[in-house]
Amino acid sequence: MTLLYSEVEEELRAAVRDLLADRCPPAAVLAGAESAPGRDAELWKALARDIGAAGLLIPEDLGGAGASAREAAVVLEELGRAVAPVPFLTSAVMATWALVRCGGDAARELLGELAVGETTAALAVSLATSPYALSTPPAAVRAEAGRLTGRVTAVAGADAADLLIVPASGALYAVDAADAVVEVVTSLDLTRPVAMVTFDGTPGRPVGADLAPLRAALAMGAGLLASEQLGLAEWCLATTLAHVKERHQFARPIGSFQALKHRLADLWMEIVQARAAARGAADALARTPGAGAADEGGAGEVALAVAVAQAWCGTAAVHAAEECLQLHGGIGMTWEHPLHLYLKRAKADEIALGTPGDHRDALADLADLPAPLPA
Amino acid sequence: MTVDETAVEERVRAFLARHDPAATPPLDFLRARFDAGLAWVHFPEGLGGLGAPRELQSVVERALTGTPQHDVGRLAIGLGMAAPTILAFGTEEQKRRFLRPLWTGEEVWCQLFSEPGAGSDLATLATRAVRDGDEWVVDGQKVWTSGAHFARWAILVARTDPDVPKHQGLTYFVCDMRAPGVEVRPLRQITGEAEFNEVFLTGVRLPDDLRLGAVGDGWRVAQATLMNERVAIGGAPGRRGGGMLAEITETWRNRPELRTHDLHRRLLDLWVEAEVTRLAGARLREQLAAGAPGPEGSGVKLAFARLNQALSGLEVEMRREEGLLYDDWTFRRSESVDFFGRGPGYRYLRAKGNSIEGGTSEILRNIIAERVLGLPAEPRADKNVPWKDLPR
Ligand SMILES: Cc1cc2nc3c(=O)[nH]c(=O)nc-3n(C[C@H](O)[C@H](O)[C@H](O)COP(=O)(O)OP(=O)(O)OC[C@H]3O[C@@H](n4cnc5c(N)ncnc54)[C@H](O)[C@@H]3O)c2cc1C
Repeated sequence: MTLLYSEVEEELRAAVRDLLADRCPPAAVLAGAESAPGRDAELWKALARDIGAAGLLIPEDLGGAGASAREAAVVLEELGRAVAPVPFLTSAVMATWALVRCGGDAARELLGELAVGETTAALAVSLATSPYALSTPPAAVRAEAGRLTGRVTAVAGADAADLLIVPASGALYAVDAADAVVEVVTSLDLTRPVAMVTFDGTPGRPVGADLAPLRAALAMGAGLLASEQLGLAEWCLATTLAHVKERHQFARPIGSFQALKHRLADLWMEIVQARAAARGAADALARTPGAGAADEGGAGEVALAVAVAQAWCGTAAVHAAEECLQLHGGIGMTWEHPLHLYLKRAKADEIALGTPGDHRDALADLADLPAPLPA
Repeated sequence: MTVDETAVEERVRAFLARHDPAATPPLDFLRARFDAGLAWVHFPEGLGGLGAPRELQSVVERALTGTPQHDVGRLAIGLGMAAPTILAFGTEEQKRRFLRPLWTGEEVWCQLFSEPGAGSDLATLATRAVRDGDEWVVDGQKVWTSGAHFARWAILVARTDPDVPKHQGLTYFVCDMRAPGVEVRPLRQITGEAEFNEVFLTGVRLPDDLRLGAVGDGWRVAQATLMNERVAIGGAPGRRGGGMLAEITETWRNRPELRTHDLHRRLLDLWVEAEVTRLAGARLREQLAAGAPGPEGSGVKLAFARLNQALSGLEVEMRREEGLLYDDWTFRRSESVDFFGRGPGYRYLRAKGNSIEGGTSEILRNIIAERVLGLPAEPRADKNVPWKDLPR
């Protein structure tokens, strides 16, 4: 186990960062946030195909890179830092991981398309789904003789997807997105809006016999979301530091006031902890075997690392974005400054894939700290 | 003779007997209410008040519930800031000219204080006012001006003497927002709408009778405005469980499926904090009955901002999937300032401004530390230097 970055990971980071610096500056994200919320198809193509981010988690024999959660985490750090409007988390992490865990020919065939970035997928579950709330399968969609009917709300990445992986009647189905009705709704997060997805006798191909792959995908998503939150928080800290060094009031840089220095020192430490926690989760997830269940102790370690990372990073990202706004003063309240995109993403991320409270609750079991007895 | 609760009740009864709220046009009703001294009872007689203790206002408000009201969100700057300043520093003529239409809502006010280079450090502001006979010619740029697009008048601080240290060369004016040379441009906010503006002042001519207070005394007058502003933002009377708390507690009560132990604990913590803040505000208003607000008022504004942010943030989180939604990002210019309206996403974003507008929470902590607790100020390089020689 290591919490550091490998050379390969740093190279991948540099490639993603270069692409984003070139194609996804804050001004462009802000402009796109209104014209085409959450979608930059060209950027996604470049990231998915040219850099190969789409296939990171897909085994080499299916045309993927056979890389691990650690590499995917590095990509997410950079995407968070840029609040990039691309479906990497929803397609290349969550939907992909569900299919990887499904195994089977149908899933493998789809993974081959996903690996080269030809197809983009999304899991048809609410972004607000907690990975711990799935002991009873979501009942939103029914499957009958290969036809799906029902509605799923707050689905992230559905607007960019050609393929939907849909939990229905206790199994997983693949549906062509064109056969479903995907309606993007006005969302708090301007760079990853959610959609309502409706199936009405829509044809679906079975890809997984039960919901275990869905649970694995949600855990993978939650664990790696911490890296997105980390990148986002780092941008907020860096942007704030640049501002408080530059902005003068009372004939001195506002960053020279001890009240602000202490706040920023605390925030830095919170982010240091977030980085370690996010790396811990990515590393633990990287050691989960691609198919089949890990041994019991191992699974517990992974779940614990994911819960710790989410319990910490969700809050840290929101805190960083809120501090960034506050320390910018009036400018922080304007639409013109991109930091609101970060605040909105951070707040939505806090709800996504389990709130920090859900992950703390999970730690009651994972860390063996039982709840008080009922009065 | 001091006016007591019974006397106020008697006044309200007599007023209502003469002015049927259901049959009187709203504006006429408000004008009559002002003339009856029931606008703000602690103001002097003839200026909308009865010279009564401030806390008796709640007696009036209770008795006049359901009658025509003015839009407090739209009039906040007039009511909370301009009015007490005019009362304290205005001439008799200015008081008679401005207070009545200010209170009835016929004339809306805005606040031309902050500038791009002068926010927390307001005293460093650069907008110039130069005397020309009986007039002043004003040039400069203001920013973050809430409601400038619907305001008739503004309170304005400008530099009249650049050769003296920054706090000494300021003068306070009433600015005519319809005067030639006043240009208002919307600034869009993170909520999607434009509540505030940039205001460009180019060769704006203001007659000297729009000056409030003495030439060079603008900082002292502005202090009075700011102390009132903080009490107005943070110390407004509220009922138990009201304000931002009302939104989240309603969701909590009506939506059992959203409840968790974690949220419950945090909500209870915030409920207690809201209640003690409300009580601190009530106590402050009682203390204020006697005089003008001092630096203590900064405390309630500080607590108000923290609470609004914590409550609205918790509400978004608590609503989970609904917290991912937003009602409408369409750009528009708001007609009023509303902290609690619309959906949870709006409330969360708008509350972020509460710790910036009217003095940031950091500046309020400095004020409390230095002026309430008597802690020594940081060494300052900018106090005794002529404004024009300050580094910028
Ligand atoms: C919603 C909204 C409405 C507003 N409406 C009006 C209005 O109607 N009229 C008007 O005149 N103004 C208005 N303002 C402006 C407001 O008063 C200023 O934004 C505020 O005073 C801060 O100034 P600034 O934006 O220049 O930030 P800065 O002064 O640059 O502050 C940036 C950061 O540095 C911190 N800081 C500054 N000095 C110190 C210090 N000494 N110690 C520690 N920290 C410090 C601040 O707290 C802040 O976090 C409004 C602002 C907002 C957000």
